[in-house]
Amino acid sequence: MKTRATFFRKTKDSLMRAFSGFATSMALVLMAWVIFTIVREGHSSISAELFLNASKPFGEVGGGIANALLGTVMITAGAAALALPPALAAGIWLAEFGKDSLLARAARFTVNVMMGVPSVIVGLFAYGVLVTTTGHFSGFAGSFSLAILMFPVVVRTTEDQFSGIGDALRESLLALGASRARSTLTVIWSAARSGVVTGVLLAVARVSGETAPLLFTALFADTWPTSYFSGPTPSAPVLITSYTMDSPFESMHRIGWSAALTMAFILLAVNITARYFGAKRAAKRK
Amino acid sequence: MQKKKYKIETKRLNFFYGDHQALFDNDLSIEANKITAVIGPSGCGKSTHLRVYNRIFELHRGQRAEGEVFIDGKDILDPGIDLLDLRRRVGMIFQKPTPFPMSVFDNVAYPIRLHFKASQKEIAERVENALRGAALWDEVKDKLRESGQALSGGQQQRLCIARAIAAEPEILLMDEPTSAIDPVGTLKIEELMDRLRERFTIVIVTHNMQQASRISDTTAFFYKGSIVEVGPTKLIFTNPRNKQTEDYVSGRFG
Repeated sequence: MKTRATFFRKTKDSLMRAFSGFATSMALVLMAWVIFTIVREGHSSISAELFLNASKPFGEVGGGIANALLGTVMITAGAAALALPPALAAGIWLAEFGKDSLLARAARFTVNVMMGVPSVIVGLFAYGVLVTTTGHFSGFAGSFSLAILMFPVVVRTTEDQFSGIGDALRESLLALGASRARSTLTVIWSAARSGVVTGVLLAVARVSGETAPLLFTALFADTWPTSYFSGPTPSAPVLITSYTMDSPFESMHRIGWSAALTMAFILLAVNITARYFGAKRAAKRK
Repeated sequence: MQKKKYKIETKRLNFFYGDHQALFDNDLSIEANKITAVIGPSGCGKSTHLRVYNRIFELHRGQRAEGEVFIDGKDILDPGIDLLDLRRRVGMIFQKPTPFPMSVFDNVAYPIRLHFKASQKEIAERVENALRGAALWDEVKDKLRESGQALSGGQQQRLCIARAIAAEPEILLMDEPTSAIDPVGTLKIEELMDRLRERFTIVIVTHNMQQASRISDTTAFFYKGSIVEVGPTKLIFTNPRNKQTEDYVSGRFG
């Protein structure tokens, strides 16, 4: 039998490969474009003063973003403190004990729904329960709203990491006479830890850039964040939004871009750290 | 003739995976300080049977055992039994070595810290004894602080044996302990088992009939969830009473 000409198949193959390669490189191009733009717009106002001084009221020349960066750290840390303990516990419970029980399936469904709730709605909710009731905006209310966004992500990532550990390890722990709780909290945890840390870091990085919920809760202040529990608290995302969108002053636009540049680099660093943990785990599994 | 004293006596053991019955009226008596091999084709219930002895199957939803399994005269299927103590007394080695993600030393110290009140010095002594008992000491004595997962497959399996015997069990269950190990590692583990029989009652599930004939005193042949024949290993391999046993040990099926 005569073989078919391979010319068309080869051509199709190379076209297909060229297209996929092009599409893949789009991801890199987009990222480079974003970074290039914020560096171009933001680099001119980067200075030591920017990172040492608090911001100044609208219209006044000068001022920094240190208060907003510190506020973001506080609000994000507060969110992590609120969300992580219950989220880790829930994720572990789902993977180790809940499994296919009714409660576990209901919780898993809820967590999935929570992940899709727009942050603006979460912000409005926090405004309703923590701002209108207390009569003041606060950094804590901001933490609360970010915690709600962080919670489902951490539950999911924790459950995934624990479920990824084979039953062989669980069985060999039980076979030694260890209780479920003890084996989970010692050996299973240490096997899952680096993956969980990666997931947590990514979740923290993700919510630290959220703006909408903070507009309803922490608002902003041109002061150092000294009243986390009782008053408006500055944050980098809100500073970026209001300086670039709400201000007529070019000097403020520049500061806004610089803050964006700073946030981008901090988040990039967190992401790389998280990937590093992930890569270390992958290497260990080999 | 004096009645033999058995370490494990299984009576009318039935086992279910949900609605599916996997073991049918298993009766099996296992002598102390002997190696009993459990053989049979894949899916015949060998491992399922073994996993009843330490009730490890209970980790999984929907699995249940009915009947009686006496260990030293006490029914271990009794819900009131102290499960953690049962599992200390009945150690288990699995098909795939499962070193914990910690150092060689900590792997072996894990059951010691779990079950005994021991000083650091006593723990160190017991770890050494267990590693010597598993014929691993000479190979790892200079890398006790290194990860247990960095050892070779055969070494990892002996590490798991050391870890199991560190709990000072009376019975060792081995579920195809060498099927994932290379021939040299397998030979070492078989030599080791020969020494371990002095201290422990060993029940080993194996696919490898040469292995069963080399190391065991008694052999039980399983087929489709039932125990077809039990007897001295020599007899089972040279002169079985049952036709199915004969076909299996001579390699005609399975």
